Amino acid sequence: MLALTAGYINFWLIAILLLVGFYGIIATENLLKKLMALNVISVAIILFYLNLGQKAGGTVPILPPGVEAGVTEAYANPLPHTLMLTAIVVGVATTGVGLAMLRKIYKRYGSLEEPVVLKEMRK
Amino acid sequence: MTAHLPALIPVAPLVIALLTPILARLSVTLVRITALTALLISLASSAGALQHALVEGTWHYHFGGWAPPWGIEYVIDPLAGIIAVLVSFFCLLVLVYAAPYLAGKPAQEKGYFYTLYLLLAAGLLGMVVTGDVFNLYVFLEISSLAAYALIASGGSRATVAAYRYLLIGTAAASLYLLGIGYLYALTGSLNMADLAVLLPPLAATNAVALAVALITIGLGIKMALFPLHGWLPDAYSSAPAPVAGILAAVMAKVSAYAIYRILYFVFKTAAPVQVALDIAGWMAAAGILYGSIMAIAQRDLWRMLAYSSVAQMAYIILGLALGNIMGLYGALLQILSHAFTKGCLFLVAGSISHQTGIRDIPRLARLSRRMPWTLAAFVVAAMSMVGLPPTVGFFSKWYLMLGAVEAGAWVFVAVLVASSLLTAVYFFRVLEYAYLKEDQGQVEGQTREVKAAGGWELAPAMLVPVLILGLGILTLGIFSDQIISGYIHFALPWRMP
Amino acid sequence: MNADFFLVNRPLWAVLISLLAAGLILFNDRRPNLREGITVLAAVGKFAIIFSMLPQVLAGQVIETAPLTLAPGITLHLQADTFGLLFALLSSFLWILTSIYNFGYMRALKYGHETGYYASFAVCLSATIGIAFAANLLTFFLFYEILTIATYPLVIHSRTEEAIYGGRKYLAYTLTAGQFLLVAVIWSQVLAPGAEFQPGGFLAGKGSVLALQILFFLFVLGLGVKAAIMPLHDWLPTAMVAPTPVSALLHAVAVVKAGAFGFLRLSGYVFGPQLVREIGAGQVLAVVAGITIIVASLRALGEDNLKRRLAYSTIGQLSYVVLGAALATPMALLGGMFHIVAHAFMKITLFFCAGAIYVTTHKQNISEMKGIGRQMPATLAAFTLGAIAIVGTPFMVGFISKWNLGLGALQANEGIYIAVLIVSALLTTGYFFPIVFNAYFGSNKAGTPIREASPALLYPLLITGVIALVLGVFPNFGWDFYQLALAAVKSIFTAGMGMAAGG
Repeated sequence: MLALTAGYINFWLIAILLLVGFYGIIATENLLKKLMALNVISVAIILFYLNLGQKAGGTVPILPPGVEAGVTEAYANPLPHTLMLTAIVVGVATTGVGLAMLRKIYKRYGSLEEPVVLKEMRK
Repeated sequence: MTAHLPALIPVAPLVIALLTPILARLSVTLVRITALTALLISLASSAGALQHALVEGTWHYHFGGWAPPWGIEYVIDPLAGIIAVLVSFFCLLVLVYAAPYLAGKPAQEKGYFYTLYLLLAAGLLGMVVTGDVFNLYVFLEISSLAAYALIASGGSRATVAAYRYLLIGTAAASLYLLGIGYLYALTGSLNMADLAVLLPPLAATNAVALAVALITIGLGIKMALFPLHGWLPDAYSSAPAPVAGILAAVMAKVSAYAIYRILYFVFKTAAPVQVALDIAGWMAAAGILYGSIMAIAQRDLWRMLAYSSVAQMAYIILGLALGNIMGLYGALLQILSHAFTKGCLFLVAGSISHQTGIRDIPRLARLSRRMPWTLAAFVVAAMSMVGLPPTVGFFSKWYLMLGAVEAGAWVFVAVLVASSLLTAVYFFRVLEYAYLKEDQGQVEGQTREVKAAGGWELAPAMLVPVLILGLGILTLGIFSDQIISGYIHFALPWRMP
Repeated sequence: MNADFFLVNRPLWAVLISLLAAGLILFNDRRPNLREGITVLAAVGKFAIIFSMLPQVLAGQVIETAPLTLAPGITLHLQADTFGLLFALLSSFLWILTSIYNFGYMRALKYGHETGYYASFAVCLSATIGIAFAANLLTFFLFYEILTIATYPLVIHSRTEEAIYGGRKYLAYTLTAGQFLLVAVIWSQVLAPGAEFQPGGFLAGKGSVLALQILFFLFVLGLGVKAAIMPLHDWLPTAMVAPTPVSALLHAVAVVKAGAFGFLRLSGYVFGPQLVREIGAGQVLAVVAGITIIVASLRALGEDNLKRRLAYSTIGQLSYVVLGAALATPMALLGGMFHIVAHAFMKITLFFCAGAIYVTTHKQNISEMKGIGRQMPATLAAFTLGAIAIVGTPFMVGFISKWNLGLGALQANEGIYIAVLIVSALLTTGYFFPIVFNAYFGSNKAGTPIREASPALLYPLLITGVIALVLGVFPNFGWDFYQLALAAVKSIFTAGMGMAAGG
C-alpha cells in the first residue's frame, strides 16, 4: 500500500485536487466560488496529463542542429503538453463565459449567493 | 474541392462564425446570407460525404495531410454521415426559423446570435465527423460554450439556468477528458480507429473500466440521462425559441451519438462496456418513467416538453443497452425520430410563445382556430411521441420493443408500454386544451396582443420549418424501411453480422 | 400500369379511395354539397371495388397486393380472402346507407362543423377495410390504431363536456389496449418471424404452452376493448354521446366489429382452432364471453336512454362473436362470422331508428316514447323488425347465427352455452318488448299526427330493416355472406389439420 502510494504520489495528489474541485462545486453556495472550483478541476486534469508525459531527466524534444535523431529516451513526451495547451484555452474560454454570465446575474439579482438568487427568481 | 468535403462540414460554419462579428458591422442581411450559405455548404458536404461513405466505404480524411496517429483524422462512415446530415439539416432549418425571432433586435445582438449559432453548429458537426477522441472534447466544448451563451441570451432567468448548465456541463466535459486521459496513458493514442485496435488486449484492466465509467458519465450528463438530467428542464425551458429548438433537436443527440461511437466502435467488446450499458439501460428505464411522470405534472408547455425529452432520450440508451440488431435499429431510428419530433414540438411551442406569448397549457384554449396549421404539425408530432402509426415514432418504438422482446427484457417492454400511455396522457391534455376547451376569458390581462404576421397565422419563415418537420415525421415513418435498410443498417458496429 | 396492376391491387384501392375522399373533403370545407357528394361517390366506389372481388374470392382465389416492406421480415401486406371480404363487403355497403343517413341527420341537427366529421368518417372506413384486408398482424395493428385515432373526433363531435369526457374515456381504453396489442404483435413476430395470417393458424409449436397462454391473454386485452367484452366494455355506453350515425356504423359495425373480427382472425388464422383449445385459452375466453352476454343483457334492462340500451345490447351481441371464436369448432366459427353480418344489419337498423326518433321528436329516453309508433309508423316498423331479429326469431337473420353457435357449442361438448343463448334471448325480449309495446300501445296525450322522419333518414333504415328480414330467409342474398363464411371456415379446418370441415 505504501509502495503504491509512494510510487504514484503525484497522481494521488492530483486525485485529491480533483476531489477538492468537485467538493467545491457541490458544497459552496457562492456562484463565483463554484466557477473557481471548476478551475481547480481543470488544473487537476491538466496536471494529470502533464504527469503522463513527464519522465525523470527528460528534456525538451527539440533536435539541435547537427545532432542525429534517435535517442527518444531522453525526451519528454510533448503530446500531452500540446493537448493541455488546448485544454487551457478551453478552460479560459469557459471561465470567460462564466464570468460574463455572473456579471449579468449580479446586475439583475444583486447577489451571487445561490439561495438569494433563487429566492429573487421566484418573485 | 470535393477532396476536402469532410473538412468543409465543420470548417465552413466555423470560418463564417469568426467573420460574422466583422460582417455584422456592415450589414445584418449579409450575415444572414453568409450564415445560411455556410450551413448549406455543411449540409451539401455532409450529404456528399455520406453518399461517398455508402458507395465507396468509409472516408478517412487526414487533416493537414498528417496521417494518424500523429495527425487528426476525420472519419465519415455511414453513421457519422447520417448524423452529420441530420445535424446540418436542423441547423439550417432552425436558422431560417430564427429570423422572425431576431426581427426587431439591435443589429449588434443579431450579430452575436449568428456568431454563436454558427459556433454551435461547427462544434456539433465537428463532434460528429472527428475520428479523434481529444478533438471530440474540443468540439464538445466549442458547442457547449456557444450553447451556454445562446441560452443566456434569453434573459436573466435564462442566464441563471445557463450558468448552472455551464457548471454541470463543464464538469461533465472534465470527466470525459479525464477518461480519455486514461486511454491515452494506456495506449499512447487518441485516434479512435487506433484505440479500437490497441484496447482489446487491455480490456480486463481496471483503468479501462474507469475510463468507460468516466466517459459514459461525462457524456451521459451532456445527453441528460436520468439521474444526470438536472440541468435540462431549466435550460430548455428558458432558452429563446430557436435555441431551445436546436438544443432539443440535435444537441443531446450528438452526445448520444458520441456514447454510441465510443462504446460500440472504440471499446467494442470490452467487458466493462457491457456493465456500463446494463447500468445505463436500467437508468434509462427509470428515466423514461420519471420523465414521463414529471411531464404530466408540468403546467408550462416548454417544461413539459423538456421533461418529455428526458424520457425520449432515454429510449436511445435503452436501445443501445439491448445491444441486439433490432435494439440498435431502434436506438438509431429514435435519434432521427426524436430530432424531428421534439424539434417540431419545440418550434411549435416557440411559435406559439412568439406569436401570442402563451406558455401555460391551460391558456392554449381554442388556439387551434387561430393557428390551425401550426397545431396540425403539433398533432402529428404528438402522435409520433406516443408512437402511433404511421409516424416515425411508431417505427422506432416498434424496433425497440422488438429488440426488448427478442432479448427477453420484459421489464423494458413494460416500461415502453407504460411510457407510451403516459406520453399519451400529457400530450392529450395539451391537445384537449388547444382544440376543445373554450377560452375562459383573459386572465388578468396576461394575453399579449397577437402579433400581425402579414395575414399568416405565423410568419412564413417560422411556419415553413414547422410544416417541413411535421411532414418529415410522416415521411420518415412511411419510408422507414428505406432508411433502415439503406442507411441505418450500415451504421451498425462491425461486430454485428 | 396495365389492367392487371389495377385488378391485383384492388384491396389497396379499396383502402385508398376513402383516404383520398377524406383529403378532398378537407379541401372543400366551404362547399357542403360537393363535400357530401364526394362522400357518397367514395362510398359507392369503395363498395363497387370490393364487390367486384366477390366472384374470384368465392372461386377460391385470394387477391393479394404486392407486399410493401417496412423492414426485413416486416411487411405491409393486404389480401382479400373469404373472411376479410365478408367484413369489407359488409362495412362498405353499410357506409353507403350511413352516408345518406348522415346528411339527413347532421343537417337537421345543425352542428356546424361537419367537414372534419365527414373526413374522419372516411378515414375510419379506410381503416376498417384495411383491417378486413390485412394479411398479417402488423398491417392489422396499423389500421387498428388508425381506426382508434380517427374515431376520436367523431365521438367528441358535439364538443359538450359530456362528449369530451366520453372521448377521453374512449381514448384511455383504446390506446391502452393498443399498447397490449402492440406487445402481442411484436411477440408473435419474434416467435414466428414474418408470419402472415394463415387458415388454421401459424403459432402451433412456436412457443411453450405458458408463453402462448400469456400471448393469447395479451391479444385478448388488446382486442377485447374494441370488442367490448366485460370488464373492458365501459367506454362503449359512454361513447354513445356521439352523433347517431357514428353510433350506428362505427359503434355497431366498424369499430367494435374490428375487435370481434380480430378475435376470429386470432382464433382461426393466428393460433388456429386446435391450439386455442389445447392451451385452454378458448375455454376461459368462452366463459368471459358467456358472462358478458348475460350481464350486458341485464344491464340493458335498466337503461332508460334508448342509445345506451342499444349500446349494452351491442356489448352482449358482440360477445356472441367472441364466443364463436372461443369455442373454435367449425359451426361456432361459422356462427361467429355470420353473426358479424347479422348483428350489423339488425343493430344499424335499430340505431338508425333511434336517430330518426331523436331528430324528429328530440326524444332520447324510452319512457318518453309512448305512442310514438302511431306518430312514426314506418320507423317503428323497421325498429320492430330489428328487435324481432335480434331476439333470434326463426326466419330472421339473427336466428341463423345463433343456431350455428348453438351447434358449435355442442361440437365443443359445452352445451351450457346453449343455455346462455336461450337466457340471453329471453332477456333480449325483455328489454326490446317494452319499447315496442309502449310505442304502439302506450298512451300519448298530445294527440298523434303522423310525422315521419325525413326521407334521407327513413330510406336507409327501411332498407337495412328489410335486408335483415331477407337475409334470414336467404342468407346468401346479394352478397353471398353465408357462402363466404362457410368457405372461410372450410379453409381453416382443411389447412393441414386433417379435421373434417363442418356444416
